[in-house]
Amino acid sequence: MSYYNAQSQRTQQNLARVLSYIFLAFVTFISLFPIVLLIINSTRSGSQLQTGFSLLPGTSFGQNLKAAVGSAAIDLPHGLFNSFFIAGCVCLLTTYFSAMTAYGIHVYDFRLKKAAFNFILIIMMIPTQISAVGFIKLVYGLKLTNNFLPLIIPSVAAPAVFFYMKQYLESSLPMDVIEAARVDGSNEFATFNGIAIPMMKPAIAVQLIFSFVASWNNFFTPALILTDAQKQTLPIMISKLKTMQLSGNSDLGQIYMVILISIIPVVIVYFFISKNIVEGVALGAVKG
Amino acid sequence: MNKRKPIKSISYAKWGYIFILPFFLVYAVFSFYPMVTTFYYSFFENYNQGLTTIGPNFVGLQNYVNLFKPNEGRFELLEYTKNTMIMWVLGVVPQFIFSLLLAVIFTSVRLKIKGQRFFKTVIYMPNLIMAAAYSMLFYVMFSEVGPVGMLCKALISPDFVVFQSVGASRGVIAFINFLMWFGNTTIMLMAGIMGIDQSLFEAASIDGANGRQVFFKITLPLLSPIFVYVAMTSLIGGLQMFDVPQIIGGTDGAPNRSTRTLIMWLNNVVTGKARDYGKGGAISVLIFIITGILSFIVYKSMVKEDPNAKKNKRRNKNVLL
Repeated sequence: MSYYNAQSQRTQQNLARVLSYIFLAFVTFISLFPIVLLIINSTRSGSQLQTGFSLLPGTSFGQNLKAAVGSAAIDLPHGLFNSFFIAGCVCLLTTYFSAMTAYGIHVYDFRLKKAAFNFILIIMMIPTQISAVGFIKLVYGLKLTNNFLPLIIPSVAAPAVFFYMKQYLESSLPMDVIEAARVDGSNEFATFNGIAIPMMKPAIAVQLIFSFVASWNNFFTPALILTDAQKQTLPIMISKLKTMQLSGNSDLGQIYMVILISIIPVVIVYFFISKNIVEGVALGAVKG
Repeated sequence: MNKRKPIKSISYAKWGYIFILPFFLVYAVFSFYPMVTTFYYSFFENYNQGLTTIGPNFVGLQNYVNLFKPNEGRFELLEYTKNTMIMWVLGVVPQFIFSLLLAVIFTSVRLKIKGQRFFKTVIYMPNLIMAAAYSMLFYVMFSEVGPVGMLCKALISPDFVVFQSVGASRGVIAFINFLMWFGNTTIMLMAGIMGIDQSLFEAASIDGANGRQVFFKITLPLLSPIFVYVAMTSLIGGLQMFDVPQIIGGTDGAPNRSTRTLIMWLNNVVTGKARDYGKGGAISVLIFIITGILSFIVYKSMVKEDPNAKKNKRRNKNVLL
């Protein structure tokens, strides 16, 4: 009796495993297929693409690349540079100053400490989009339209990144280390830069990437203030591509290529450091 | 000893303020001040009419009242809130079903799934991809000249154009949102499941509970706080839906504004020809209030599960990968 029970349980378990793997294969497929198709299509010529769907790569990669870079509708080289420059500055500022703010609240005791912390927690939930009117008015008032500064400077104050850093400090920066540095005569900034920052390396690495990607992908805010074609970032250029495609004078190979160029850098970097990223998401998941 | 103590606390407190100063300074100038001025302008009429700028003139609550009145025969607020919610629900329902299934599969002790890291890496990837580019990719594929669009033409009817159909357009937008977010939700729910006391699962298996019983009687009820958290943050995110529908539907939210969301409306009002800052301000305040209420629910749900939160965190770090 018990033998049969155990056996039927085992078959049931095996069935569950097989079904699970089938399901996992399916979600893997739907996650990867669009990207694979994008890569294939970026190698096919416009006329090949018109004929329909194929899993065989074409030979027009170079030609598409040339068309995308030299496109009359969008200024891809400038777009790449602008996006890269803004995202690069943003990720450095966000990470450094969030670490600094978290360090300030974690290490020191001062009267407004609790209030400051609670304030940051509250503002973390406020969507940035709802300040659009005031933001445009401010940028116009300062005559900073088509300037990258209003996109870079605000990244000093990133509540979510601060919160992540604070959590990391709580788990991995013992006060003894700071006390020891003080005894050795290190001043407070030197302690932060020379001791705390190196100890926060894993958290900093994750947040550098997250903030770079967030800025690279940002569409709403840059679209509010960048009107000059040479100053625009990739997401804005992609939205322009769409009007081009609608107008009919489009080379599909070129469009796929621009999309590929916008997506692939992030995908490649992601697959190299994915372990840290997925772990980082999980750590941020339970916001205690 | 006694002498050093007061000196220490006084001199170091100063450093706390210095370290947090840049954050608060920048926040005040670039976020807080714009938010306040946005609210302020919601009480003014201030827009462009042709080449002349009207206002700013104080009009009290007129901008708010106008939001609830039809504009050129459309109840815009109602319509765009409806669009946003329909597309959010269409995406979030499959997202939660998939994520819950995946989270259970990944955390199951019985199934012992191999290659977990690979699967997690792959399903999380779409979340990091530029939403605008990803949407453009889907737009081209589903358009009349794209592979899926051509397939639809062949299968359904030669006249069928995906982006002329309200349902299909919303469906594509919801599908993109689903693809981009189910990996993220899976990881959140996994963290929740792993926070559940493992001895409960052991006790259940000793008592002879089967997989389905464990899921419905233990996992699901104990997961409800994190479920509320994930659902509410997803709803807050859904209210901010912009990138995907802006690319798929264009600024007008084609077809016939059926894919225009609240934030697309806001964007159109403040960057369009009229540059209506008063109306834009009023829309912003409304979104702010709705988000505030939802955030409060999140906060409440988090406070309730607080005693377990610390334990969860430690466990996740060890078990997750």
